[in-house]
Amino acid sequence: MHEHATPEVYYVPPPSIWPLVGSVALLTLAAGFVLLLNKVAAGPWVMALGAGIFGVMLFGWFGAVIRESLAGKYSDQVDTSFRWGMAWFIFSELAFFLGFFGALFYARIITVPSLAEAQLLWPGFAASWPTAGPGLKTALTPVSAWGLPALNTLILLTSGATVTWAHWGLQKGRQTQLKLGLALTVVLGVIFVSLQIYEYAEAEFSIRDGIYGATFYMLTGFHGFHVILGTVMLAVIFFRAWAGHFTPGHHFAFEAVAWYWHFVDVIWLLLFVLVYWL
Amino acid sequence: MYTATAPDAAAGDAHAHEHAPAGVMRWLTSTNHKDIGTLYLWFSLFMFFFAGGLAMLIRAELFQPGLQLFQPNVFNQLTTMHGLIMIFGAIMPALVGFANWQIPLMIGASDMAFPRLNNWSFWLLPAAGILLISTFFVPGGAIAGGWTMYPPLYIQGGIAYDITILAVHILGISSIMGAINIITTVLNMRAPGMTPMKMPLFVWTWLITAFLLVAVMPVLASAITMLLTDRHFGTHFFDAAGGGDAVMFQHLFWFFGHPEVYIMILPAFGIVSTIIPTFARKPLFGYASMVYAVASIAFLSFIVWAHHMFSTGMPVGGQLFFMYTTMLIAVPTGVKVFNWVATLWRGSISFETPMLFALAFVILFAIGGFSGVVLALVPVDIQLQDTYYVVAHFHYVLFSGSAMAIMGGVYYWLPKWTGHLYDEKLGKLHFWLTSIAFNITFFPMHFLGLAGMPRRIPDYALQFADFNMIASVGGFLLGAGQLLFLYIVVKCVRGGAPAGDRPWEGADTLEWTQTSPPPYHSFVTPPLVR
Repeated sequence: MHEHATPEVYYVPPPSIWPLVGSVALLTLAAGFVLLLNKVAAGPWVMALGAGIFGVMLFGWFGAVIRESLAGKYSDQVDTSFRWGMAWFIFSELAFFLGFFGALFYARIITVPSLAEAQLLWPGFAASWPTAGPGLKTALTPVSAWGLPALNTLILLTSGATVTWAHWGLQKGRQTQLKLGLALTVVLGVIFVSLQIYEYAEAEFSIRDGIYGATFYMLTGFHGFHVILGTVMLAVIFFRAWAGHFTPGHHFAFEAVAWYWHFVDVIWLLLFVLVYWL
Repeated sequence: MYTATAPDAAAGDAHAHEHAPAGVMRWLTSTNHKDIGTLYLWFSLFMFFFAGGLAMLIRAELFQPGLQLFQPNVFNQLTTMHGLIMIFGAIMPALVGFANWQIPLMIGASDMAFPRLNNWSFWLLPAAGILLISTFFVPGGAIAGGWTMYPPLYIQGGIAYDITILAVHILGISSIMGAINIITTVLNMRAPGMTPMKMPLFVWTWLITAFLLVAVMPVLASAITMLLTDRHFGTHFFDAAGGGDAVMFQHLFWFFGHPEVYIMILPAFGIVSTIIPTFARKPLFGYASMVYAVASIAFLSFIVWAHHMFSTGMPVGGQLFFMYTTMLIAVPTGVKVFNWVATLWRGSISFETPMLFALAFVILFAIGGFSGVVLALVPVDIQLQDTYYVVAHFHYVLFSGSAMAIMGGVYYWLPKWTGHLYDEKLGKLHFWLTSIAFNITFFPMHFLGLAGMPRRIPDYALQFADFNMIASVGGFLLGAGQLLFLYIVVKCVRGGAPAGDRPWEGADTLEWTQTSPPPYHSFVTPPLVR
């Protein structure tokens, strides 16, 4: 393959073992999870093995991509492919959250009022939100929007600003601004996750407490998982920035992670309004 | 349609991997869209026979009234897994196989946009296949509550229910990555001059299908995640006692499920729209309207889902909305059928096997479409819900629709893929066997359904006996006929008369400018399309 900056030919990688390793990893992980759920002692170990193989796959696959990128094998057309790929991946993530927001909407607007109408089945049940449902008889104290969640909103919005500031630094060739911005973003991500864990520990209801508990913990939980993932990705980008991988004109990986971080931000705003506030 | 000037192919040091790597590693580690397409197609054929075998067992049980071979729970495992595997294991992978082989060749690209991701999308399928098939051997057997996975049955089942959820998650990951790959390839890898409205219709249908996949597979993922947490983590999404609702799952499922129906039929439209102009020796009539019709069908597919659940009870306004939007789909679908017929009008038609399958598709799919309009009527649907009329309807769109379009596409492109002509005589025999046996199997089911025979039961009242016996005989014939298909494909792969670059004189898309089989790396430098 030609070594100059923008090759003429679209780069088609040589055969690679990593996709197959990834499939074996997910199969092992799935089998282990099934065993765990059904209380077979080997479950956690099989899962750990699957996660280990998956980790090896991530290192191997991303390592190959980074080496190819540094060797100048990716033309502008390949760069555009990566951009489309990341954009549609984020779109699919939005659709995933849409399912859970849909459940929240359906429960609040349709299910709970119709359960309250069915007085023959559930005598004395009155429609209200939050609710643990007519059968559980649990009184719920929701998390107030204007305590920790408001602070977390501020933290996440600030982190969106710091990552953009880092991007400006990268575009203008100011490496210190890039590294400082990324480091600040990672720190803010860690603070956010820590505050979420604190909020979970202090909350007076659990995932078992009816439809409110279910929608609250699934939505905030999957969001928190995405923040953790985003923070790990930002940390990787930080170390790659430290290693001098990015130039003002060629830094797709940075932008992909920044897009992902903004996506996590947008989901949080929806959560803040629809789960905590309204 | 196109005049393509191909630059000197395969020049210089840029093509270190010109020849296929040898041995099993060629398939395990492939980054070649043709090899991966081949893997998809063989996987699909294997699953087609596996799930087809389950169908044979179903028809054997239903041959006579009374319990013959299986206990009801086992029978329900057979119907559930037949549906699940045919949809996710046979039809979808076959269509992705076509996408892999044909899209780069048809748009003049060197490969798919993400070759390694492409291989991962494929190799996740055997992983999910192993999980799905393993469920027959775990305590309690495979899932038995229908492929739609409705709670509360799904929440009460055994270990197979967990395995199936994770298998469907893996299938979903595979589909989403495959779809992102296809969208990116079509948007970013077209040869210079291949403007969107010059793309072959097959490419258009797959672009729109891939969009549907990215939009709805994640919603299925969230719905089955809720099933899993309801099963094991104490959530109450689908439990009224906790303020949840079992019907909510149906909404989430069919928000995925109805676009999924079009995911399985739109690429089939693309295949048929490629075959008919070739053998009518006329350009496709109304190309632009075909593109708009596919886009309209895709849009409508997002706002019709609740027609699958009229009998669960919903406000009259909701019933009317979903009834009218559903009937609206007949308009763009009608545009397509009229365009196919208009393409045939005054064409110089010949009837090779692919054309026979395409013509049968137009007629039989139209029958399935009409029974769909019948089912869209709320009062009629409430009567016909969960009867054999529904079974007849979706087999007319899925077997004589998707599956027969796939078979037609296989015959159409086999000469290009293998470099050999298939056995035309046997191909025609396979076509007539398939289409006649198909109608013997599924046409009587309309009558059974109208007379009130419910689906998903192993036993039935005596008045249904005759039609069931006819359907079973047809079913066995249909199953046996597919062994002939396997024989023809294997024979064609192993040898046969040389196909030449362009065995079909009416074919004018870019793949026919390449040799048969095409070089391992085709269009390394993109052709110029005028």
